[in-house]
Amino acid sequence: MTWETAGGLYNYWIFILLMMIGFYTVIARGNLIKKLVGLNIFQTSVFMLYISMGVVDGGTAPILSDRFTVYTNPLPSVLILTAIVVGIATTALGLALVVRIREAYGTIEEDELLALDHEDFPAGRTSAGDTP
Amino acid sequence: MIGSILTEHLIDIGLLAFLAATGLMMLHQRSLFAVVMLSGIFSLLSAGLFTLMDAVDVAFTEASVGAGISTVLFLGTLALTGAREKRRTIWDLPALATVVVFGALLMWGTLDLPHYGDPTAPIHHHVADRYIEESGTEVGPPNIVTSVLASYRGFDTLGETTVIFTAGLSVVVLLARRRRPAARPPRDASPDAGAS
Repeated sequence: MTWETAGGLYNYWIFILLMMIGFYTVIARGNLIKKLVGLNIFQTSVFMLYISMGVVDGGTAPILSDRFTVYTNPLPSVLILTAIVVGIATTALGLALVVRIREAYGTIEEDELLALDHEDFPAGRTSAGDTP
Repeated sequence: MIGSILTEHLIDIGLLAFLAATGLMMLHQRSLFAVVMLSGIFSLLSAGLFTLMDAVDVAFTEASVGAGISTVLFLGTLALTGAREKRRTIWDLPALATVVVFGALLMWGTLDLPHYGDPTAPIHHHVADRYIEESGTEVGPPNIVTSVLASYRGFDTLGETTVIFTAGLSVVVLLARRRRPAARPPRDASPDAGAS
């Protein structure tokens, strides 16, 4: 590992670090809203990693002009534009589900939700009709 | 020239440091209102980074959708569900181990990637050349991203609108029957429930 390698890759590593912060928030925090925020962090970090692949040294934004000849790759931008908009749609769906869960259970904490489910269906029983 | 490259790197490192600090604050903070605000800040910082990486269309969309609409949606949900997270253990060790192993694998995977800003990377030499050289005459608009989004990859955008339509429809279906169950007392309270 040389300094040159580290200098060329440190952006990717920090994006991966940000992804892992989001991933940890998703799996280690029990509050459903916090989980969705973590998912958003993960998602935005993936976008940044993807966009950083398209950068060209000395390039400019991909808008045609007589004064420039070197442009940054437009393709990652296009794909990530689509991904951002799809991301907000899925986040909205997730938040709607959180609102419904809160109304049905009265809580959005994962452990309390699991406990409530176990009260209805104790261990060893798969449905309310089974005898233990 | 050297000065501008140095400035660009300093801004890059500064934004990355702020992003990491915001991310860790979000993990640590238990007031969900603060978490949502920090998530808006995170999106805005990432929009700054997108501008630095010459993806201006993405920066604009991220600032309006990620920092704007997303924050509004989260705040609306907080108003309906409550803004406090339950106290829990600081570090969840199995989760931490999973995250560290996964992150290390991803970093190992980056080792043979082309370096940041490398103009000889393969990603720049397939369809990208065609888009940059021909889109001005083939499609028209000076903004290449617009040409690709609306013309070369038009079906992709059509698919995107389908996804948004489906998600919007699902949100309406989920929230339309919101008021009814809350008005009734819980069903388990009646004496004959569970007797069968």
